[in-house]
Amino acid sequence: MTDIAATAPAHGHADHAHDDHDHDTPGFFVRWFMSTNHKDIGTLYLIFAIVAGIVGGVISGMMRWELAEPGIQYLTGWAQFFDPAASEVQGKHFWNVMITAHGLIMVFFMVMPAMIGGFGNWFVPLMIGAPDMAFPRMNNVSFWLTFVAFVMLVGSMFVPGGSGLGAGTGWTVYAPLSTSGSAGPAVDMAIFSLHLAGAASILGAINFITTIFNMRAPGMTIHKMPLFVWSVLVTAFLLLLALPVLAAAITMLLTDRNFGTTFYDAAGGGDPVLYQHLFWFFGHPEVYIMILPGFGIVSQIISTFSKKPVFGYLGMAYAMVAIGVVGFIVWAHHMFTVGMSVNLKMYFTAATMVIAVPTGIKIFSWIATMWGGSMSFKTPMVWSLGFIFMFTVGGVTGVVLANGGVDTNLHDTYYVVAHFHYVLSLGAVFSLFAGFYYWFPKMSGRMYNEFLGQLHFWIFFIGVNVLFFPQHFLGQQGMPRRYPDYPDAYAYWHLISSYGYVIMAVGVLIFFVNILWSLAAGKKAADNPWGEGATTLEWTLSSPPPFHQFNELPRIA
Amino acid sequence: MSGAKHHDYHLVNPSVWPLIGSLAAMVMFFGLVMYMHDDYFGGVGKWVLGLGFMGVIATFFSWWSDVINEAHAGDHTPVVQLHLRYGMILFIASEVMFFVGWFWAWFDFSLFPVPIEYAEGAVTSMFGQEGAEAITMWPPKGIEVIDPFSLPLLNTLILLCSGTTITWAHHALIHGDREGLKKGLWLTIILGVIFSMIQAYEYAHAPWGFGQSNYSSAFYMATGFHGFHVLVGTIFLIVCLVRTYKGHFTPKQHFGFEAAAWYWHFVDVVWLFLFIIVYVWGGWGAPVAAH
Repeated sequence: MTDIAATAPAHGHADHAHDDHDHDTPGFFVRWFMSTNHKDIGTLYLIFAIVAGIVGGVISGMMRWELAEPGIQYLTGWAQFFDPAASEVQGKHFWNVMITAHGLIMVFFMVMPAMIGGFGNWFVPLMIGAPDMAFPRMNNVSFWLTFVAFVMLVGSMFVPGGSGLGAGTGWTVYAPLSTSGSAGPAVDMAIFSLHLAGAASILGAINFITTIFNMRAPGMTIHKMPLFVWSVLVTAFLLLLALPVLAAAITMLLTDRNFGTTFYDAAGGGDPVLYQHLFWFFGHPEVYIMILPGFGIVSQIISTFSKKPVFGYLGMAYAMVAIGVVGFIVWAHHMFTVGMSVNLKMYFTAATMVIAVPTGIKIFSWIATMWGGSMSFKTPMVWSLGFIFMFTVGGVTGVVLANGGVDTNLHDTYYVVAHFHYVLSLGAVFSLFAGFYYWFPKMSGRMYNEFLGQLHFWIFFIGVNVLFFPQHFLGQQGMPRRYPDYPDAYAYWHLISSYGYVIMAVGVLIFFVNILWSLAAGKKAADNPWGEGATTLEWTLSSPPPFHQFNELPRIA
Repeated sequence: MSGAKHHDYHLVNPSVWPLIGSLAAMVMFFGLVMYMHDDYFGGVGKWVLGLGFMGVIATFFSWWSDVINEAHAGDHTPVVQLHLRYGMILFIASEVMFFVGWFWAWFDFSLFPVPIEYAEGAVTSMFGQEGAEAITMWPPKGIEVIDPFSLPLLNTLILLCSGTTITWAHHALIHGDREGLKKGLWLTIILGVIFSMIQAYEYAHAPWGFGQSNYSSAFYMATGFHGFHVLVGTIFLIVCLVRTYKGHFTPKQHFGFEAAAWYWHFVDVVWLFLFIIVYVWGGWGAPVAAH
């Protein structure tokens, strides 16, 4: 049998390659637009996530710019960029559009594509010793559906959405603001964007679960899988079971908006709180979808750079399973102020706190892995250490917010904003940078620049802490989230927070300089640049790996 | 490191259908947005919607034709068939969670009723008013329900019966009885079509319109999405029938048929829940509409 990659594609009219200098890889169009190769699709996802991250990051920069001092300075002018006749009301609507776009882009088009689509695609097959994913063609439709979903979301910013252009509902799309409160096509486009992104993720989840269950190399039992593979497996189950509920919830929004149903309209006996329940039944697993792969990445890195196996491997694996399971029964802690009974609040408070137990197991085991290890503080390792520290801070404020009584005061304040940015911007994003530096030599065949990597870490670390730590104070003083203006009393910490954004942005620029410089002139990477600590299968392959690896399946002792 | 592969996995050739299908899906959804906002987009929405829909259908057809051709080319080794089984089961699991959302809405409305009254196509709410308690009930006051033990019970029997005929077809296939396979499939498809026709009749004669109340909203969307899945399942079975006439499927390898059968059973089970929870339990105690 010949190598599949060398054979002509079944529908070869799109093949633009004139020469075939590399017999292993197809021509440009076929390779990148018709791909059935998990590494190429992973690369597409990573590039996509970086682009989306820039868009979402620029939006947050505009928000911090506006928030740097009290009053409304720039919003109307920005709104006039889209609509020259925009008034101040439309300017304020544009604020809502920005918070919505920032949230949706960072969640659905940056973190998820990078974690699962990017690193999951690249390294799950490599780590389990598989030649590719179980459904290579479906893998590609997941990517392109994510892409068109992003196009739909960006497109929504150019059509009316109520009091101005774009969907200004917040990423949670709560009714009735998203139903009777937002006339015009923008919110419908945002809803369909979520449908498309959700379908992409469900198909991806099916692909990962099938791959992990069926394509492990001979000898690699479930209890020998690397923890990153475990994390993607749990994440895929969360995606598979949570996203369809979101699809139903936003379909009800759609029919309420356009076809006269009254699911969320109290005038017809509907219940706006129903939307919140359905949304958070998805939304809470979603936050674990964003962080669990990060747990997996960090586990690999801590082990590699401590030159020790992960402490308590089975406990680490089943802690993630426990987080995934319990994550489905805590959703209403996002809704403590909607008027729940005290008994219900007590249940959701207690259940939420239970999650601190498996999470604590993970933090403890990472520290225990380093304990007595032969540690080296390469860039991926410092990002992972930053992750553990910062994620713990976000986890601790999470325990505070888990209390239904305390949350009555803190709900929808900057304290919540600070909390979830500590677990996401300083948790998930730190693990993404850690994974990127860890696997960059494997993916590109070039070493990144160690000095720039360390510099990136320290500037980014200082920046995001200056950016987000003061938001705890703002929240405790009562600053509500999602507001473009505030009383002078909040001005001090808001200004500090905006300075933090600038510091962070400098760090991101160094990151891009590092990538571009390393791709162009980085040192050639060895097959295993990390030494004996790196024991997973991807380090047994060349850097970058061949177009199709494991034509001969590896055997795990 | 090119050269022969020594494993049974299927490394699929590059394919243009994921890209085309995704673009078509985007055009379809954008067309639907245009259609829903005809005043803003100038009335061309339905054409864009139709174009996108045709693109999606063409993608399904071409993609799955490729899959069938690959199966005939021997790409579907036992392990690849196992993949397909896992894939289908997981897909059905996600579908189950989709229906959980609709049942959730139904339970929200039925377990926590609100004081509304339905009369002649309009709903009035008595939230916080004098006498609200007297009309706080489920189904909402004024709603006449469809008699569950009339057409819905008949439909239940039809679907259960179709579950046996598809099993007949499956056993016939396994035992090499091609005629039995055809008969079983034909009967299943006919029963599925009868089910859909009865549902359409029921919708046309329902005592309330599509929107207006929480009852009719949840009823139509839950049963409507089930009906949509019946149509998809029927088409899936028709494809299997066509493939049977073309000589596809062997007693040992016929995953396309099995997937259709699984899907059909899933649709059947969802109906049983709809029948019990929406039609029987959910309408209990309310006056029954005269047909």
